[in-house]
Formats: sequence, C-alpha cells, structure tokens
Amino acid sequence: MTASLRYRLLPLLSVLVLLALWQGLVMGLALRPFVLPAPSLIVHTLLHDRALLDAAALVTLRTTLQALGLAAFGGLGLALLFAQSPGIGRALFPIAVILQVTPIIAIAPLLLIYLSTHAAVLLAAFLVAFFPLLAACVQGLGAVDPGLADLFALSGASRWQELRLLRLPTMLPWFLGGLRVAGGLALIGAIVAELAAGASGAGSGLATVIVESGFQLNIPRMYAALVIISAMGIGLFAITTWLARWLLRHRPEGRQQSWA
Amino acid sequence: MNAATPLVALERVGLSFGNGAPVLQEVSLSVAKGEFLALIGASGCGKSTLLRVMAGLQQPTSGRVARPQASDNIGIVFQDATLMPWASAFDNVALPLRLRHTPRAALHDRVMTALAQVGLADRAAARPHELSGGMKMRVALARALVVEPSLLLLDEPFAALDEITRLRLSDDLSSLQAKLGMAVVFVTHAVSESVALADRVLVMARAPGRIMAQFTVDAPHPRHQDFRQAAAFLTMVAEVSASLRQTLHAGDDL
Repeated sequence: MTASLRYRLLPLLSVLVLLALWQGLVMGLALRPFVLPAPSLIVHTLLHDRALLDAAALVTLRTTLQALGLAAFGGLGLALLFAQSPGIGRALFPIAVILQVTPIIAIAPLLLIYLSTHAAVLLAAFLVAFFPLLAACVQGLGAVDPGLADLFALSGASRWQELRLLRLPTMLPWFLGGLRVAGGLALIGAIVAELAAGASGAGSGLATVIVESGFQLNIPRMYAALVIISAMGIGLFAITTWLARWLLRHRPEGRQQSWA
Repeated sequence: MNAATPLVALERVGLSFGNGAPVLQEVSLSVAKGEFLALIGASGCGKSTLLRVMAGLQQPTSGRVARPQASDNIGIVFQDATLMPWASAFDNVALPLRLRHTPRAALHDRVMTALAQVGLADRAAARPHELSGGMKMRVALARALVVEPSLLLLDEPFAALDEITRLRLSDDLSSLQAKLGMAVVFVTHAVSESVALADRVLVMARAPGRIMAQFTVDAPHPRHQDFRQAAAFLTMVAEVSASLRQTLHAGDDL
C-alpha cells in the first residue's frame, strides 16, 4: 500500500474504527436495541425495511432536489434583476433577509396549514436554500474586474455581451460555492418541514419515518432513516463539489475546491 | 508628425467628482498621429483619469474633448493585466474583436498576429494563471494591438513588473510603435521610462491635476537599451526630474 493511498483511506478508517467501537460497546454491555441499536442491526433494518425506507427516501430526495433547482434559478434570476435595477434590489432585499433570519421550524407549521404537505415541504426547503444562492449571485455579479468592464465599454459591448461574456463567468465560482452550501440547507429545510408534517400525521418523507418510528419506539428504524439522510447530505456535497471542480477546472480556484 | 490634425485634442478640460474637489483643471493637450506621448506625475495627480477621459470612459465636467472617429480604434492597457482568468491567452486577445462582431475567419489570423507581435504565439492556449507577470502584460498588450489601434493608451503598464522584465517590455513597445505607427499615450511615474520612450513628456502636478511642463525628446525610434546610456538621455532625465520635484513643492503636503 502506497503512502498516498494510505492517506486517502484514512477518513474511511476512522469511520470503520468508530463503527467497530460502537458494535463492541453494544455487544459488550448487552444494550437492548431500543436503548442503542448496534450498527449490524441498523444495516439489517436498512435491508429489511427497504421498501418503506426507499419510498420515503425518494420523496425527501425529490423534494430536496426540486427545492435546490428552484433556489438556483430563483437566486440567479433575482440577482440578475438586482444587477439590472438597484431599486428593485433595495425594495426586495429586506424581504429576502426576513425570510432568511426567521427560523424555518417556526414557519413550517404555518406553511402546512396553507399548503398541501408536499408544497409546504418544498417551499420550506426552497426558502432555506434560496438565500445563500441569492447572496452568492449578487456578490459574484458585483465582483467584475473594473478594468475588464472598461474594456467592454471601450469595445462598444452590448449589455447582453457584458452579461454573457463577463458577468456570468465572473459569477460562476460564487454561484457554485452558494450551490454547495444550499444543497445541504435544502435537505435540512425539507427534513425540518417533514418533521413538522410528521408531527401531525401527514407527510411521507424520511423525517416522517423518524417521527412515526419514534411513536412506535422502533429505534433501529429511526437510525436507519438517519443513516440515509446522512448519506444524502454527503452525496449532495460530493456532487456539488465535483461539479464546481469540473466547471472551474481551467481556473486557479478550480484546483482549490477541496472535499473538506 | 502632423500637428494640423491631431488624433486627440483636449481643450481646457476640467473634471470634479461628486464632492466638488477638482481632479483635473484646465488641461489642454493634443496627440498627433503616430506620436509617443508620456504623462508623468506623482500618484494621485489625475493622470489615469486623464487617460480615461481620452478613452471616452469618463466625461469631463468642463472643456472640450475631440476624440478619434469610430473608425480609429483605441487600444488600452491597464496597470494590471486585467485578463479574464477563465479564458486562454487566445480568447483574451480575441475579446475586443468578438465584441465588435469580427467574422470568425478573420479573427483567428488577427489574434495570432497580435500574439506573435508580443512574442507569445506559442502560448495561445495558456490560461492567465499559467503565465508569468510579464507574459500576462504581453497578452494585455496583444489584446490592445489586435484592434489595430490608431491610439494606444497605456496606464502604468509596467509598474507591477520587475526591473528586467520592465526594460525588455519597454524595448519591445518602442519597436512595436516604430513598426505599427500608432500614437501612444503612456502614463507613468518613472522618469527614465518616460524619457526613454516618448517624443514628448508632459509633467503633471496634483490637486488639482494640471500640466506644468513639457519636454521634447528628440531621438529616433525605435530606441533601445543603449539610448539609456546616451548623454542626451541623462540630461533630459535630470531636467524632467527637476521639473517633477518642482510640482511636488508647488503642490501641497505630500
């Protein structure tokens, strides 16, 4: 095994050690599954309850991705609008800030009253993911090199040329950074709204499974759902990081996109 | 030189920013076709602003500016290379042509010619972060030359470079100007650079920015390193330096 391979496997190793300790603790102290299920039991539950967990995971994943997509388009769109007209920016920015600073857990029950469960969960996830993308796009669009802007003006560039050839490429690293943050936040927003929905017996996502399993004291299934949520978060982070690396591969900052 | 039809003519140009403090005051100057003009002055004397006025990037608050016609292209180089970090050297140089909707067939040849003029034909595919500071500046120069400008505006283009690179680039600039024949306005705070390159050196004072003195450097182009050892060069450098020092005394605290 080469030194670099050993270095790469180090994080995996630490997780395996943790799992082994966990398994040993449960077996050594003979802990009952409803106190702390062993990793082996969680894996067993993942396989045994697969149909139920898969269906729930699909609901959560779909909501998260929809929310992220809407936030990406919405954030970019609104940022472009702000860039075109500072007046609109001044008018709308406070609303965006109010929505951002009010905890989503406090808004979710209201959304669930006014909207269908799916729409409410989607909107909650969107609201959480939207703001970092908006902020990133506004910053990125404003980060244009003034010298390059002068050069565009001197060459008689149209607004469209300036947007396409200067502002959007300048913004790209900011946008991708925002996307990375927003991916995790969209998942959190979806889970939070699902928890609120699950508390009233509605909903069908992973958080609903957690709430219902809790009512039934089915602790292993709660852990199983938790594992899937974690995996989803890791997956979203890995995909958005890889996307940033790939799109910025020709730029100096592209090689700085680390996984950590 | 054809003084009768100047390429750019500024008549008593004044410019103040919002707070009313004048940046430029009563600046009158003209640039003849093919002339190499240096603007020298302490930092903050408004020489970069003056360059922006000549380029049409900034409107003066008073006075008149007669600028080149639309058919006469203007090339500009800033203190930093200001290249698009995501684009290759080729695409950076091609930018002004693309913005002017130059047909694709003509574009390639013109970009490669401009890159060859600055000695970077073999680095067309390189990204800015793969190039040295001097090479980036050469790409910026090629980007200004690619429009075949009748007026080339240079805003302290060598200020961020090391001494050896600076000397080599200023040699190359002198050769290019002699060969291509465009007028050059060169903003600098280095006396020897201004005398080594220019036909005329204008000394500016600050607060408000105005032209204090003018020197004519009578030596043929292109000028190379050996010109910097000539007695005439050293005398002129001493004279311009003395004049520059006077502007500092005439101005306020510095």
